[in-house]
Amino acid sequence: MIYSKEEILETIRMIAMENLDIRTVTLGISLLDCADPDPERLLLKVRDKICRTGRQLVPSARRLERKYGIPIVHLRLAVTPLAVLLASPLAVLGAQEGASFCCQLARQLDRSCQDMGIDLIGGYSALVQGGMTASDRLLIESIPTVLSSTTCLCASVQVATSARGINMDAVQMMGGIVKELALGTPSGSGCARLVVLCNAPDNIPFMAGAFHGFGNAETAVNIGISGPGVIRSALRSKEGLRLDELAEEIKKRAFKITRVGELIGKEMAAAIGSRLGGVDFSLAPTFKVGDSVAEILEAMGLERVGAPGSTAALALLTNAVKMGGAMATSAVGGYSGAFIPVSEDAGMVAAAACGALSLEKLEAMTSVCSVGLDMVAIPGDTPAETISGLIADEMAIGVMNHKATGVRLIPVPGKKAGERVDFGGLFGSAIVMPVSAFSCAGFVRRGGSFPPAIHSLRN
Amino acid sequence: MSAKELAVITVMGRDRPGLVAGISRVLAENEVNIEDISQTILQDMFSMILMVDISSCKVSFEDLDEALQQEGRRLGVKILMQHKKIFDFMHRI
Repeated sequence: MIYSKEEILETIRMIAMENLDIRTVTLGISLLDCADPDPERLLLKVRDKICRTGRQLVPSARRLERKYGIPIVHLRLAVTPLAVLLASPLAVLGAQEGASFCCQLARQLDRSCQDMGIDLIGGYSALVQGGMTASDRLLIESIPTVLSSTTCLCASVQVATSARGINMDAVQMMGGIVKELALGTPSGSGCARLVVLCNAPDNIPFMAGAFHGFGNAETAVNIGISGPGVIRSALRSKEGLRLDELAEEIKKRAFKITRVGELIGKEMAAAIGSRLGGVDFSLAPTFKVGDSVAEILEAMGLERVGAPGSTAALALLTNAVKMGGAMATSAVGGYSGAFIPVSEDAGMVAAAACGALSLEKLEAMTSVCSVGLDMVAIPGDTPAETISGLIADEMAIGVMNHKATGVRLIPVPGKKAGERVDFGGLFGSAIVMPVSAFSCAGFVRRGGSFPPAIHSLRN
Repeated sequence: MSAKELAVITVMGRDRPGLVAGISRVLAENEVNIEDISQTILQDMFSMILMVDISSCKVSFEDLDEALQQEGRRLGVKILMQHKKIFDFMHRI
């Protein structure tokens, strides 16, 4: 036989018992050709393009699932950052009409996705690291209303890059937007669909930060794979291994799971007449037992995530995943590291519940993995300035270290530190984490901009 | 003669008389040739791996899979058919 029994059964075991799956196929679609100063025409063009381009996504994914025996869990769309598309109609509409048009477009996108059986759509986005246009501002101001009246739409705002520094006026604004959005949705759950970004890649398959960036072709297929369970099981029987040997095991597994992403990405692109944008091989946990990044770190020898050594263990994991993953795909995309979203990872929730994991330790860990303070529930009475301060810290980590960082905080209305909150479905449940009571309002209210990282001046 | 297109069929469950015959019948009816076959006992469970050529298959991949699933239900075993490319990608550089 051209494959050994062990090879065939290893693949089957990874899928059936270790939760290996394609977490998401995200189809990026440019909407630039839909620009129109006439609001009605713009709506029609957008609806037509989304339906024309997106309708093959679901049936093609179902065929590939069957052909390769691998589940494809989520199907998503990512569109051109909509602040750009809105610039022209918003210039002719007044502020009030403009805000209502934003909602109209958002609800139409939401409905189009639901009609096609697509799970989420990203791109209600503005890139404001260097300043804000009028349409950027209107879009950002509309986020609480728009996300409260939709279910599939995801929003993101890039407020910082290493080259431009941090737009602190935008950071200040986002603290208030996050608070307002939390108040408008049950348990603040709408905040799960809003992320504040630094150095955002323009081909992310994961939400809430996916958008179809400006350097892309008309469409692109971006793949997110998921394999925390596969890595966890590789470490299960490896008690006596030294760390370099452990890294070697992780690397081999990361290679194999990324190859599945590469295969599905190429086949999906061919099936729908698109191209493979990128494979994001980030380890993406789910709330299922055995599908947790925290459990991997604990299998390395930590009593609980958050213990001293957690940042080092996570760095070793992320680095080994990158070594294996980068060789496995011709198009490394998105974040490609490891996610530690608190509410989506049962091990992270358990660590927060027993006091092992603090917000401050989590922040340190985000300097060596994908994204940042992700899906963290905080007390509902956290002041907007404090949320802005948490955003600013995470943006500074991104700017100074040339990495993507993001903040997805959920100030849960009426909840105090230590209480449990359930967001439902994919977004899991969480323990409300305590936030420092000391104020940063004086710093945040200064506004202005945080100059670029000096090591960006390479020219 | 057209180029081969291979798929891997894995059968898992309790061994019983007629298992190979049942699966072979579904394959033969659809003009799918068995290229290789091996059996193994894995943690007390029987597993059989078949490498088959589907290039002349009369029906689509989905329909063949459906026919195998039906047969699997009749025989009380779990059957998984996967196109060979997934194994190439994962296990060959």
